[in-house]
Order: sequence, then structure tokens, then C-alpha cells
Amino acid sequence: MSINGKAYIMGAYEHPTRKAPDKSLTQLHAEVAKGAIEDAGLTKNDIDGYFCAGDAPGMFYAMGMADYMGLKLRHIDGTDTGGSSYMIHAAHAAMAIAMGKCNVALVTLAGRPRSEGQGVGTTARAPSAPIAEAGFEYPYNPALASMYAMCATRHMHEFGTTSEQLAWIKVAASHHAQHNPNAMLRDVVTVEDVVNSPMITTPLHRLDCCVISDGGGALIITRPEIAKSLNRPKVKILGGGEAIKHQNGGEFDLTFSGAAISGPAAFAEAGVTPKDIQYASIYDSFTITVLIQLEDLGFCEKGKGGAFVSDGNLISGVGKLPFNTDGGGLCNNHPANRGGMTKVIEAVRQLRGEAHPKVQVPDCHLALAHGTGGILGTRHGSGTLIMERE
Amino acid sequence: MAEERIIPAPPVNPESKPYWDACAEGKLLVKHCTACGKAHHYPRTMCPFCFSDKTEFRPAKGTGEIYSFSVVKRGPPIPYAIAYVTLAEGPKMMTNIVDCDLDSIKVGQKVKLVFKPVEDGSTQMPMFTPA
Ligand SMILES: [Zn+2]
Repeated sequence: MSINGKAYIMGAYEHPTRKAPDKSLTQLHAEVAKGAIEDAGLTKNDIDGYFCAGDAPGMFYAMGMADYMGLKLRHIDGTDTGGSSYMIHAAHAAMAIAMGKCNVALVTLAGRPRSEGQGVGTTARAPSAPIAEAGFEYPYNPALASMYAMCATRHMHEFGTTSEQLAWIKVAASHHAQHNPNAMLRDVVTVEDVVNSPMITTPLHRLDCCVISDGGGALIITRPEIAKSLNRPKVKILGGGEAIKHQNGGEFDLTFSGAAISGPAAFAEAGVTPKDIQYASIYDSFTITVLIQLEDLGFCEKGKGGAFVSDGNLISGVGKLPFNTDGGGLCNNHPANRGGMTKVIEAVRQLRGEAHPKVQVPDCHLALAHGTGGILGTRHGSGTLIMERE
Repeated sequence: MAEERIIPAPPVNPESKPYWDACAEGKLLVKHCTACGKAHHYPRTMCPFCFSDKTEFRPAKGTGEIYSFSVVKRGPPIPYAIAYVTLAEGPKMMTNIVDCDLDSIKVGQKVKLVFKPVEDGSTQMPMFTPA
């Protein structure tokens, strides 16, 4: 059994807003749902499966949203691995469709951390008392960004990775964002700009960090027969992988992420290799997140990520692996502090040939979207999704 | 030498209480599994490696080396260093590096245990300083 070929992404929609003080969170979820449904050419009443994570408001997330939108569901999935939930939702939707549990799946993400003044990367997230690890972490003030920075410190120590190499990741994202009218940061930046930006948490600078934005996105995933009947390019799901990486009782290696597990699983199911991938959406909460995931996914050897990302190798039309051609979380959008949805959406745009002409990968037929949700340096959920234009 | 950060008290539950009681007395405990022989951190009733419930707290040597760290420069009012220290017993633990020039901290540096009181005085947090 496999999900390869069992389902198609037929609707994809990214909300154009990056700041939504005048919209409710529920409204944002419904607006992205409407956008994806209309993109697919379906109606709300066609939806019989709904997938969302903890960013959805209302009673127990899916229940509240189903009520608000008036959905009649026969399959629900509230899997939450933070920002990687949406890759996993897409793969789970393909599974549910393959098993006959639903025909048309809706996945939504939305949030308004910018309007609510939340999600600043230098604040530690306050724990609730029953969380086992809380006492052993929170009093040390493990600021979100610092828990990625520690991965960078160790990677630099073991492999000689430099701040200038990390900066190339932001430079590539900025080259793409200049063509995205909705992107939060559209100015092209240089390696010098990144390394000269204020130090936030060593060795990460301000420009090593993603944006904080309001907004969201949604996907419509259907069974093959329905996909055929729709007047949209068909994006077939070939494979998915998921993993949770944690501290393992104190035996762990910060230079690896869960992508080292979820990536090979997705490639095996898809029957393709990293060399075959023409476009990659790579989770970019911070520059170091991208570098470690690229290595773990097999785009280069462990430890060689610094050299791999340098000299524009991630810039569309310039380098070997065009990534995050919408500008990614580093420049475009990171709604709800969860970057996975927008990663899948840009991969769908590339496979449809609907990316901006300046960043469109010619004849793009094979793409990957990978997410890391949670915290790279403590525990995180990884989701890898491989898709093909049919 | 940085000014000291105000340290919030750890949330305590029945499983973690012996650990925090020992910290209050200036002792760091590490959980050992007598079934598989391995130490782990943070402490659990069940060994996360073999899932035996034959686990016991033992006093830590109080030495280790810095596995990784980051000096947080923006956000909080006072710069501080977050770190993972590899304990002499084996496991890595999240901690702060204190009582030193934060810009001189290095990966691989040998460190020794110190305790810093939490805000409400209920216990102390185990932290490390260059040995
Ligand atoms: Zn054991």
C-alpha cells in the first residue's frame, strides 16, 4: 500500500494579506478555504474531509471550524506538528482518499500573530504545568530563536559552516521575493547586509530570521476521478513522510533534523531521488533550518550544506536547486508562525507553471515541500511531501 | 560579567518533585536505569531507552562540557547564554552558562555546576560556569 498516485492537489490559495487587524481568525480560515475551493472549481458542499491544526480557532479546532463553515464531514484529522502539519495533512488526506474515507479534502491554516503582537522569536513560550519537560527548560528562557541558534553553533563547530554561508539562504529568498507583490520584504539583500544586521542570538542575525505575518492558506485534495473532471493542472501526490525528532533522553545530535527520517520515507514512496527534484520548498523559519534540512533530505552531504547554498545555488535561474520562489518565510509570509502551508502552495504553483515568470522553473514536473514544526533544537515534527505535475 | 536574569520557578509535578527538592538543597540528580544501565535527562519514571520502570536518582558529579550554546542579545533586558551541556554521566541537559564573559564561551569548554535561586525562592536552577 502506498499513497503514490491516490490523490491530487487541485486547489491552492494563499491569502494576500500580511496584516489583518480587521479580520477574525475564524474568518481568515474561511476566506482561505473559499479561495482554495474556488481555485479548484468546486463548491463547499463537495468537501467531505477536513484537516486543520492548532492554529484553527473554536472548540477543538476542526469542530469549531466545521460549525462556522457549515461543513458536512465524514473524515476529520487534527494532526498538529506545528508548521509542518500541512505537509502531513496533505499526505494523510491522500491516505484517507485512498481508503475511501473522503473524496474532497480541505486543509486550512491561518493566523494573525502580527496583529496580536505574538510570536516574537526572542521570547520563550510559557509552558503549562503538566508538560513533562517544562520545568527543565522554561526557567532557562529557551527563546525560540536561540533554540535554532544552538543548532547553528554546533553545525559551525563540527563542519566549519559560516555566517556568510547561512546568509546566502536569505539572499536567495530575497531575490525571489522582489517579484512577489504580496511579500513582506521585497528588497534584494546581500551577504553583507545579512551578517551586518543586528545579532539576535549568536550566531543568528536579524536577517537570518523569518518574518512574522498574518494570513493563511488552504489546499483542496481530491480523488483521481474528481481531479480529471476539474479544469486545473493536476498535481499528483507521489509520496509523504513524517517524523518526530526529540531530545531522546539527552542523547541527540543538533546537526540533524527529523527530515533525515521523513525525507527518505517520502522519496521511497515517490520512487524518485533528490537529484530528480526540480523545485524545493524548504521550511525557512531561520536560515539554519534550511541548511540542515537540505542536508537531511539528501540534496547534499551532511556538513556540506554551507557550500551547497553559497553563490546563489538556491536562486531560480541561477543555481541548481531553486527554493522558496515566493520569497519563503524569510521574505514573503510565515502566517500563524507556521510556514508549511505556504511551502506546499508555492510548490503547487511551480508544478502548475503559475509561479511568477521571473522565478518559474522551466517545465517543472517534480517538486518537494518539506516542513519542520515545533522547535529545531528541542523537539519538532517533520513532514515531507513529493508532488508531480501530471 | 552580565547582570543576573530573574529566573522563573519551574512548574513542578509529582514526578519531578524529588529533582527540584534536591536542587533546593544544592544537589543535581541524574536518573539512571538499573535495567539497561543508561542515564537520561530530563528525569522520567520510565527509562526512555528500554522503558523499564527500574529507574533511580543518583547525585551528579556536577561536571560536563558545552555541547552547544547561544548568547541571546535581543529581546530580554539582559543578555544571557542558553546551552546544552553534556554531563559527565552522559546525557545532555539544557541549562544556562553563567558567571563569565558571555562572549568568551566556546563549544567543548569544560564547565562545573552552580545553582541560581528562582524568583519565588522555591528551588534553585542547576547552571554551569567555566571550570
Ligand atoms: Zn533502561
